Parts: sequence; structure tokens; C-alpha cells
Amino acid sequence: MIVEVRSPAAAATGTAPASVSRAPANILAALPALAFVAVLVGLPLATVFYEAVRSGFAAAASVFSEPYAQSAIVLTLEVAAITVVANTVFGVLAGWTLAKYRFPGKAWLIAAIDLPLTVSPVVAGLAILLTFGPHSPIGAWFVAHGVHVVFALPGIVLATIFVTFPYVARTYSTYLLEQGRELEEAALSLGASVWQTLWKVTLPSSRWALLTGVLLCNARAMGEFGAVSVVSGRIRGLTDTVPLHVEILYNEDAFVGAFALSAALATVTMVFSAMRTIAERRGQTIGVSQRKS
Amino acid sequence: MDRSLGTPASRDIVPGRALALGTTIALATLAVLMPLAVVVLVATTADWRTLGPELVSSRMTAAFRLTFGASLAAALVDGVCGTYIAWVLVRRRFTGIALLDALVDVPLAIPTAVAGIALATLYGAHGWAGAFLEAHGLHVAYTPLGIGIALAFVGLPFAVRAVTPVLAALPKEFEEAAASLGANRVVTFARVVLPQLVPAILAGFALALARGLGEYGSVLFISGNLPLRTEIAPLLIMAKLEEYDYHGAAAIATVLLVSSFLLLLAIALLQRRLTTRSVRA
Repeated sequence: MIVEVRSPAAAATGTAPASVSRAPANILAALPALAFVAVLVGLPLATVFYEAVRSGFAAAASVFSEPYAQSAIVLTLEVAAITVVANTVFGVLAGWTLAKYRFPGKAWLIAAIDLPLTVSPVVAGLAILLTFGPHSPIGAWFVAHGVHVVFALPGIVLATIFVTFPYVARTYSTYLLEQGRELEEAALSLGASVWQTLWKVTLPSSRWALLTGVLLCNARAMGEFGAVSVVSGRIRGLTDTVPLHVEILYNEDAFVGAFALSAALATVTMVFSAMRTIAERRGQTIGVSQRKS
Repeated sequence: MDRSLGTPASRDIVPGRALALGTTIALATLAVLMPLAVVVLVATTADWRTLGPELVSSRMTAAFRLTFGASLAAALVDGVCGTYIAWVLVRRRFTGIALLDALVDVPLAIPTAVAGIALATLYGAHGWAGAFLEAHGLHVAYTPLGIGIALAFVGLPFAVRAVTPVLAALPKEFEEAAASLGANRVVTFARVVLPQLVPAILAGFALALARGLGEYGSVLFISGNLPLRTEIAPLLIMAKLEEYDYHGAAAIATVLLVSSFLLLLAIALLQRRLTTRSVRA
């Protein structure tokens, strides 16, 4: 169920330059599309940056010197780092398993990994709350051992892992499935162990595809809102992430602060998203050249 | 697509299947399946004598009708406009196409809470779009229309990116042949290109719809959350949680989970039928 997100520019490189049609006609045919996307997407994006700086850059910058905003930034970086490591380890394992072995029920396993894509973030947060909250047996066990899962860092991390679970695994497994397993079989038949094959053959040849998934996972982890808002408890300075702090500032009518923080967060996630697109294009060119050689 | 199924000779060459498969299944169960199962379990242990009537109360049915109605409408708009945008991105060449390409991905790249406050401000009474539309008697903020716009925003990249790779892989010769036989652009697109894109368009529609049904952050601020009027299903769950009614929250979540799955399953089955038909043809 994951979208095959491919850049049309890279995908269209196969079309011959002779088929490029006249430029004025192109613009005319494209104008309604440009207008639609400019209104639906461009205007909200411009609003974020305009509202952030409408009272001047100094007012916008002042939000970053507030202790609550600073602790929210630190928490968001921590949560994203743990989530990315966890989902990358799982993603490599799941990608390898789905691409290199034959087993019954493979479609079911893929469906299970993709499940969070179709689950509401609020339901995802609720699932973590009910599973690890103090009213559940698991949560009670953790509390008895002095570990607070929900309304604390572990719960925020678990909710973020749930929501971003498919990104690395599915991007990576899709790529590995396309590549086949001839390289691994050659390495194994020459006497390499499974670990050597994974570290020296599979990972180096698929590093761009892995990076694509990792960057996507990171961007989503930093911006996760619905799931985290269920399990966080919103304790300022403790369990308040950047997206949650944006909501708090906005509801307090601190619009400049809310939009300044939003502009910074959106810039970071958009940079990671752009890097993902670049990594994806690199992966595609390398994948094609490997298959040709 | 699955090459590993095609080579019986290479069966079992890669060792470690039991360990890798076992760990993968265990982790997926722990992180995803178990928490979702707990939601359903908590819902079934609720006191249904009080919960049953509440689930069919006018507030609940209004929220579910709004969630499904706005998501379907937004996914429909995304499906139609997204197909056209995909066609522009793949088949047209002009300066500024990189900007269009980048803008399409923005809703995926920016956090939903950021999109939410931006949309609420933009379409609010003092926003650029809101002031203009209100002057013409059209209210967007705190109306179902505003919710629809927010859902169309978050769903657009799914609709476009589901179609672009399929469209890029279509040989241009078909279109050129149709054009050389006298078909104009519209006829060529409708009768030559479109039929081959239908499964991809449906896939994009389903993804935009799935996203819309569960969407929270981008809708929260523009909807105003008025019961019976602009309250969506995920907000009902939040309302239950604020009352510490975990059973009620789990019950609504289960209804949302099951109804979303049934709808998406129906689309997947339709998509499969259309794909096998086009393969046979």
C-alpha cells in the first residue's frame, strides 16, 4: 500500500528529447495545474513563513530563547534519533527477510508492516496508551519497576515508531526485491557468511535506497503530532515536542511564536524531504547501472 | 514483481530464514499488531449497554458521516486533479516545472500541525484567502468545506505520486499513434492514456482517502470542532480520552478502524479486478 514515490523528472529520462512538445502549448496546458497547486499548497506554505516574520525577524527569533521551546526542540531531536535507529534496524531486517527468503504468507507480513499507514495517528496513540498505560498489565509491570512509559519519553518514542514503522522497511524491501538476489547468492557460494553478505554485499549496494527510507522516517518522526499528543500528557519542559508546542502557542494566541517554531520545523522536515528525493534519484541510477552491467 | 518466487533452483541458498523471519514477525507484532489488538480487546470489554446507544447517537453518526463524506470528497478532488497534475509533470516540459514538482511534495514534507495552523490562519476571517472568500459570502473556517480543503491538501501528494511512475512508464508511441490517426488531445487522453492509468488512479485515491479518514493535525485548527457540525471521528476519540473514558475511546477507534479497512478493502478488490482485466486485454 505504500506509494511508489518517484520523481517524474528521473522517471521521464527515458523519453526521447524528440518527443518534447512546443513550450507555449506546454505552459497553457499546465497553467490550471500550477494555479491549483499554488492555491492549495503554495498559499498555506507562504502563510507559515509570512506569519512567522510579519512582526520582524527579532520577534520571530525570540521564541527560540524560551526555555520551553528549547526543551521541546531537544525532546523532538531525541525522539527522532531513537525512532530512526529503531526503525532502521527493523527496516534492514524486514527488507532482507522479505527480499531474500521465500515463505508462505509474505503478503500478510507486508500488509501487517503497512498497517500504520492506514491507521489514524490518534488511534495509533490510543493503542500505545492502552497497551503500555498504567491500566494495562504491561504498563503496570513497568510502573512496578519504576519505568513510566506513557506521559513520558518511552511512550512518545513508541507512538512515533508505530506511525513511522513502514517507511524504512517498505522503501528498502521494495528496492531489494527489484534487485533480485543474485549478488547475495554469488557471495554465499564463494563462502561468505550471512553477516558478511549483508554487511559487505547487500548494504553497500543498497545504501541509497536505505538512506531514502531513513530520511523519510526522520522527517515524519520530527513532525508527528496526533499520535504523540495522545501519549505525551503535554507536560511543558518534559513531554512537550515541537509540534505539540506549536499547538500550545497557537491556542494561547502567541501566533508569532507558533509560526516561527512552525517555520523552523517545516524548513528542517522539507530539507530532509528534499534530501530523500536526491537519495532516491541516486539509488535509481545506481540500481539501473548495476542491473545493466 | 517478486523474483524470489520465480527461481526454484535457488531455493534455500540464503541461510538464516527462520531467525530473520521470526525476528521480523516478532517485532512487527510487538510494535504494531499487539497495540492494535489491545484497542479492539478494550473495546469488546466495554459496557455495551451504555456504549451501544452512544455509538448510534446523533453526535457520533454526524462525526462519522462528516469524516467519511469529507474524506471521500477530498480524495475525489485529489484523484481527478492529481491525475491531471501527474500528466503535466510527466508529459509537459517548461521552466517552473521543478517548482510544481517540489510543491506537490510539500504536504508530505511539512508536519500536520504546521499545516493545520497555516490553513486555519489562511482561511480565517483575517487570512489572505479567508478575507477574500468571506467578502463573497463563502465561509471556509469552521465549516465542512474547510475540513475538505485540509484533507485535499494532505492527500494531494498520494494521488499525484501514485500516477506519475505509471504514466512515465507508458510508451509515448500509443499517444503519438492516436494523434497521427486524427484523435485530438482530449480524446487521446480519455481513450488511450486514461484506461491504462485507472488502477494507479484508484491506488492514489485509496491512499488519499485512508490518510483523510484518520487525519487529525491539519483538520484540528480549521474545523473549530463543533459537535454535530464540524467534529471529525478522531476528535471524538480525543474527547473521550479527556474524560478518561478509555473504553469509549477504544470503541470509537475500533469502529473507525473497521470501517476504514472495509472501505479500503473494497477499493483494493476493485483495483485488482481492473488490473487483471487490463492485463488480459
